[in-house]
Amino acid sequence: MIEKILVLEVVLPLLAAPVCVLVRHPRFCRLFSLGVVAACFAIAVALLVEVRGGGVISYELGGWPPPLGIEYRVSTVNAYLLALVTSMALVVFSFDSRGGPPRVPEERRHLYYAVFLLCISGLLGIAITGDAFNIFVFLEISSLSSYILVSLGGHRRAVMSAFYYLVMGTIGGVFFMLGVGLLYQATGTLNLRDIAARLEPSLDDRGTVLALALLVVGISIKLAVFPLHHWLPNAYSFAPPKVSAFLAATATKVSFYLLAMVLFTIFGAPFVFEELRLQAVLLPLSILAMFLASGAAIFQTDLRRLLAYSSVAQIGYMTLGLSTANATGLAGGLVHLFNHAVMKGGLFLVVACLLYRVGSVHIDALAGIGRRMPLTSAALVIGGLSLIGVPGTVGFVSKWYLVSGVLERGWTAAAVLILLSSLLALVYVGKVVEVLYFRKPAETQPIDHVREAPLGMLAPAWVLAAAAVFFGLTTDWTYGVAREAAELLLAGGI
Amino acid sequence: MNLPEALSGLWAYWLLIALMMVGLYIVIARDNLIKKVMGLNIFQAAAILFYVTMAKVEGGTAPIVPGGADHGAGHGGHDVLYSNPLPHVLMLTAIVVGVATTALALALAVRIHGDYGTSEEDEAVAYDMGHG
Repeated sequence: MIEKILVLEVVLPLLAAPVCVLVRHPRFCRLFSLGVVAACFAIAVALLVEVRGGGVISYELGGWPPPLGIEYRVSTVNAYLLALVTSMALVVFSFDSRGGPPRVPEERRHLYYAVFLLCISGLLGIAITGDAFNIFVFLEISSLSSYILVSLGGHRRAVMSAFYYLVMGTIGGVFFMLGVGLLYQATGTLNLRDIAARLEPSLDDRGTVLALALLVVGISIKLAVFPLHHWLPNAYSFAPPKVSAFLAATATKVSFYLLAMVLFTIFGAPFVFEELRLQAVLLPLSILAMFLASGAAIFQTDLRRLLAYSSVAQIGYMTLGLSTANATGLAGGLVHLFNHAVMKGGLFLVVACLLYRVGSVHIDALAGIGRRMPLTSAALVIGGLSLIGVPGTVGFVSKWYLVSGVLERGWTAAAVLILLSSLLALVYVGKVVEVLYFRKPAETQPIDHVREAPLGMLAPAWVLAAAAVFFGLTTDWTYGVAREAAELLLAGGI
Repeated sequence: MNLPEALSGLWAYWLLIALMMVGLYIVIARDNLIKKVMGLNIFQAAAILFYVTMAKVEGGTAPIVPGGADHGAGHGGHDVLYSNPLPHVLMLTAIVVGVATTALALALAVRIHGDYGTSEEDEAVAYDMGHG
């Protein structure tokens, strides 16, 4: 039974998208897509419960057995990703943005929901499939729909950002495709487990090393690893706020899974981290991301841009966990996927609330808003504290395990740098909090008319803010699952 | 492997790499958005050709099993050497992805032209600098 519903995880949103196009009724599409996403979330949770403790569920598409046929295969790693994407999608979809994205007129809004559903189905597909070329197809489905979603932001620069994102994303996608091609050339198969079993990576085999290089660079572009992050700040700050919340919470997370899967499952930790020593590149880049992107965030005057740069820095923490290549560090990186999704998704939803009521999220426009919108601002403070890594929030959980993993590896300096970089987060979060609560509004910008955000907006933002505290206190379903996933990855399984 | 051998045996790959770099160079160096899209297309085409090259089996024929009952086993038996059809099938999908990407990129370029009044990246950036 559970094998049968496994495939629905991808098929439901994929089929729901054309339904939205055909029905054309914005209100119906909104509720319908919410229902579909809720169903996907329920399936993902059922899968996660089922596979926890080392189970695997496999589905053969069209009845063709792997390695010839495409296999959907779910273990703890995939189920964790599916649960992450669908839970974030559910929260974002329940956010009532009062009129949809700025550039989409009422009569076209059904297309917006269709594209959103396609994006979700692409992301879920990447996480669920066990076939290398199938990953490429889903990667492009999710990327193409993200370009569209980004371009719907109100400002003209949204379209320009979407174009940059498209160019970068396509180059990354082609690199990924070439890497898969080289792997196929070396092994004669596209099934991920089959590739892993047949591939004997060695430094003398230049084809394999090139495949690894292409895959890592290609995925790094989509993941926005420093210094390939250039598309991200623009895309996140000009996209419609709901889209920013969704993409920041899910898109880069799925790419991270892809990177971990390529490094640990296909090439194997011994080759990548002992023979090739990829950490010699990954570790410095992660640390640079933590400092330079956090540093850039401090100087931003637009709240969305500030959060976007902070995202680049947070991706640095994740890749840092990856480069430790031990269970604690990798689990720290993986748990940070969920934790960062919760806090950054929540913060971008807060931005959406502020945009709706204040009309701008320029730092000067937010002066004194803390008194006018106390609940919204409080959610922002919780998310901000979590970004810094204050105990009792999810950010602390991630950093605790990251630092433990780094220390296990004997990299004391890196551990110190993680803590120091948190101070930068303190500066940029502190700057926003100071403006919200302590600065007097400018004479030219009266804020007396500003009221608290409506419940349909406030509730989803607060769900994530509450989750940031809840999962900061109980870590069984976040760190517990991530630990299991990390051990599975290190053993070369998926 | 010495250089002449690398050039003669792997000439198709050198060609592909050259084509790919031409595409990438256009994407980076040209300011015109349409030319960027063209560069992206050349870049993608190189990757598609890579798969097609890989599918070729020396002396292999098109992977169509010849004949039905009329031709008998003598003509269409198991001794026929075929090229690998799988990469071709994969590339059908990749071409569709490429078409979708191009269409979307051109649509965005039209939108940008509408908003900025230009298809040149440097002019658009200058416009943004001037208008905030």
